[in-house]
Amino acid sequence: MSKVENNKAWWLVLPVFLLVAFSAIIPLMTVVNYSVQDIFDADHAVFVGVEWYREVLLNERLQESLLRQFIFSFTVLAIEIPLGIAIALMMPTKGSMASVSLIVVAIPLLIPGNVVGTIWKIFGRTDVGLLGWGLNQLGIDYNYAANPVDAWVTVVLMDVWHWTPLVALLCYSGLRAIPDAFYQAAAIDRASKWAVFRYIQLPRLRSVLVIGTLLRFMDSFMIYSEPFVLTGGGPGSSTTFLSQTLTKMAIGQFDLGPAAAFSLIYFLIVLLVSWLFFTTISEMDKDK
Amino acid sequence: MSLKLENVDQVVNGQNHLTNVNLTLEPGSFNVLLGRTGAGKTSLMRLMAGLDKPTNGKIIMNGANVTGITVQKRNVSMVYQQFINYSNLTVRENIASPLRLAKASEAEINKRVMETADMLRITEFLHRYPLELSGGQQQRTAMARALVKDASLILFDEPLVNLDYKLREELRFELRELFKARNAIAVYATTEPNEALALGGTTTLLHEGRVIQSGPSAAVYREPVDVYAADLFSEPPINLIPGNVTDNEVTFDESVHFPLHQDLKSLTPGGYKFGIRPSHIGLVPDNDDDLELSMKVELAEISGSETFLHVKNDHFNLVMQLSGVHAYRSDATINIYLPVHKLFVFTLDGKMIQSPTRLIRG
Amino acid sequence: MAEIQLKSLAHSYEKSPTGAHDYALREMNHVWDQGGAYALLGPSGCGKSTLLNIISGLLTPSEGEVLFDGVVVNHLPPQQRNIAQVFQFPVIYDSMTVFDNLAFPLRNMKIAEAKVMSKVHEIAEILELHSVLNKKAKNLSADEKQKVSMGRGLVRDDVSAILFDEPLTVIDPQLKWKLRRKLKQIHEQFNLTMIYVTHDQLEASTFAEKIAVMYGGQIVQFGTPRELFENPNHTFVGYFIGSPGMNLLEVQTTANGVSFDGIEIELSDARKAMLAKVPSKNIKIGIRPEFVHVWDKPSENGYECEVQHVEDLGTYKILTMKLGQQIIKARLDEDHAVPQQKAYISFPEQWLKIYVDEYLIGEELV
Repeated sequence: MSKVENNKAWWLVLPVFLLVAFSAIIPLMTVVNYSVQDIFDADHAVFVGVEWYREVLLNERLQESLLRQFIFSFTVLAIEIPLGIAIALMMPTKGSMASVSLIVVAIPLLIPGNVVGTIWKIFGRTDVGLLGWGLNQLGIDYNYAANPVDAWVTVVLMDVWHWTPLVALLCYSGLRAIPDAFYQAAAIDRASKWAVFRYIQLPRLRSVLVIGTLLRFMDSFMIYSEPFVLTGGGPGSSTTFLSQTLTKMAIGQFDLGPAAAFSLIYFLIVLLVSWLFFTTISEMDKDK
Repeated sequence: MSLKLENVDQVVNGQNHLTNVNLTLEPGSFNVLLGRTGAGKTSLMRLMAGLDKPTNGKIIMNGANVTGITVQKRNVSMVYQQFINYSNLTVRENIASPLRLAKASEAEINKRVMETADMLRITEFLHRYPLELSGGQQQRTAMARALVKDASLILFDEPLVNLDYKLREELRFELRELFKARNAIAVYATTEPNEALALGGTTTLLHEGRVIQSGPSAAVYREPVDVYAADLFSEPPINLIPGNVTDNEVTFDESVHFPLHQDLKSLTPGGYKFGIRPSHIGLVPDNDDDLELSMKVELAEISGSETFLHVKNDHFNLVMQLSGVHAYRSDATINIYLPVHKLFVFTLDGKMIQSPTRLIRG
Repeated sequence: MAEIQLKSLAHSYEKSPTGAHDYALREMNHVWDQGGAYALLGPSGCGKSTLLNIISGLLTPSEGEVLFDGVVVNHLPPQQRNIAQVFQFPVIYDSMTVFDNLAFPLRNMKIAEAKVMSKVHEIAEILELHSVLNKKAKNLSADEKQKVSMGRGLVRDDVSAILFDEPLTVIDPQLKWKLRRKLKQIHEQFNLTMIYVTHDQLEASTFAEKIAVMYGGQIVQFGTPRELFENPNHTFVGYFIGSPGMNLLEVQTTANGVSFDGIEIELSDARKAMLAKVPSKNIKIGIRPEFVHVWDKPSENGYECEVQHVEDLGTYKILTMKLGQQIIKARLDEDHAVPQQKAYISFPEQWLKIYVDEYLIGEELV
């Protein structure tokens, strides 16, 4: 559709453009700048080209961190997507319970990341936390501070608790958009509940799920405050994910060069995976 | 105000939505755009309104080139197929909204709103909200809002399609009456030939993005310029039979032979497509020279005042429209009569070269 | 099979209805014989979709009973009523092919795959869908999709009734013909009870053997298209059936018959006597535009009218005239001479109907 052009609109966009340039593009350029220089202090900087990139990519700690990050993201997605769909299916669509359930489901989303981390930190403690204490009562030896497996489980559980509602709400809105006639026709066709899910609800949730999965992937890949508050990255480095490693490098060690290089690589990874994901889904759509 | 489209093309994503459209709409005229779904009616109206820009060509209003000008600057209103109203305003406020934008006086607003609401029979709903009303009532609200504005160009995109047929009949008549008094140009898109005839005015036939014929509705109906026009503008669809003419006889579909009738004498020997309207085929011969065919009844669809008889032989199918009730069982064999002087003759590539001659019995 | 009976059936969407206006369906008793093709015809809001949903089981009536072959089925859901329903817009399973769509109900009933294949092919053949069996259902055109919807109802052996809720709404006029024909052929072939809801009288008439005209939640008349056309029981039926509808004029009784605006219409003695006994003042006469005799020259018993408008509809013309203060419409054949300014009309007594309080009276006297 070739819309009739109204050039005045560009003027309205200008302030936003300037703001974005100032707060995002210029800093990004600064990072690129850092990534190709070895900075000793404000006055002594040497251009080193792709040196930092090479070092970073070969850094074992970073590689491990990257692996951990991928495992984390995929685990979390594998749980949150189906769980979110299941929750959406259970939420009522009409009546007063509909609004109540919406609010209840949305609550975890409203809590800031570090608060979530703190909640679970206490929740998981074996002395005062319901979860930790309860598990120990049941005879399960649980200690997220000492045991890497326990730490992982807790971090994953925390993320699921925090973010599944997003998937659930997206799916809920998708389900609401399905006209009644489809359910009626399925009833007349004697479809089982599973058939209704598979042939009516799931196909119609596609676009919503694409958005949900993409968002969750990007967010989980960049996760920082929750695990940092909960485990501090421990025990050892078992729950140290990518962003934490990066921060340690940049701020802790004040190695701006490699940190900058790595930030860019990080950014590119997220971009690449998202693009791959999105293209695959679009191709699948076109196939049909 | 007059509207002219010159050599308008519209290509979207490599697809030709409209090709070489040339149209002139006279002031105060009622113009019907008749075509199948996807023929380009909506695209054409969007260009007239200024919602889209043509890829090539010009749009001229009252002599001035308005091709690039946005819709807000052109004095246009549009009514859509889906009922579009401001859901947070009452019906009264919906209808009044264009007048409020134009800063009319409260008295003027009152008067015009009441007039328009009366005409569309929604006066009793003025205080309600659109979403509380039935589909038909919502659409009438949208139409009232479009009509109250007194725009110089009013576009209707199949607006009555979701209303029951009686209401459609009545609104059609009222719309025509309404436009008689105005100087505005009305453009009305529809897929139904009967609606085009009932609305009168001029009809423009659109097929695959091209204008194939344009003119006063009854004239376009009677004298279709080619096979597509004949097919588009008839309901039930016109019967088409391939045939052949030699020096002394006519053959339908290589099976049925007739001696060459004087009305067809002017045709040079060769292949043709013959067309006959369903209402012109009869069960009794009206004239001595009617062509007699023996056909088998496939189906008789009986409405109260007429019967649509679907008949066939081994070579072709025909639909007949008869007045009164004729309850034939399927597979009954009957004789039907084709008056030769009511045949349309089309060349093999579709051009109409002969149309029914003697229509009034004489 | 399915003889469907409605006993004292009524429905209100309100929990405690107070008066007639709270009822979407007012109390009705009706029988739909097995194997018939019926239409529910009426304007929007008359209750026809409500009635259809009650019959199919998608809605439970608030009062009365629905019986299938003598068995009360009020609380049985659609799955257990052996019915199929086709909706206004095509309902198909997007992710499946046409074949799988048609096979779906059968597979849900765990029918052997060999039988599924043969049944699907049989129905696809009848509906002319065999060329698209392997295409994904969502890529079909609207009319093909509707055929798939219908097909799902036809593949099942246990279906005894198919209900249609304005199924041709989204179909192009050129294709509506084909689908109507298809429906009629299916009816003749399968001997199913078919109930078709529509607001289009032409659709109802061409499809149904008998039409139930609904108005304000009631079935106002139930008859063949011919009966509804020639003898409308109620002024609404006269108005709604026929294009244009019946001419209805409010009249007063006089010594010779009835009159309006100073124009007198003579009636037979029998009819005059009958009218004399009627206490009500709400008297109307009705005559269909098809039956008004029109001349363009003065005639002995013709009333002179002013011609207001001539609509040329191709196969016929509609003449709108003014007689006194009333508008009269007449339908003229294509080759009928069209009066220009003055027309002369008469009302043949056999087609002149008398309505008292909106209902037809005195038919036996004509």
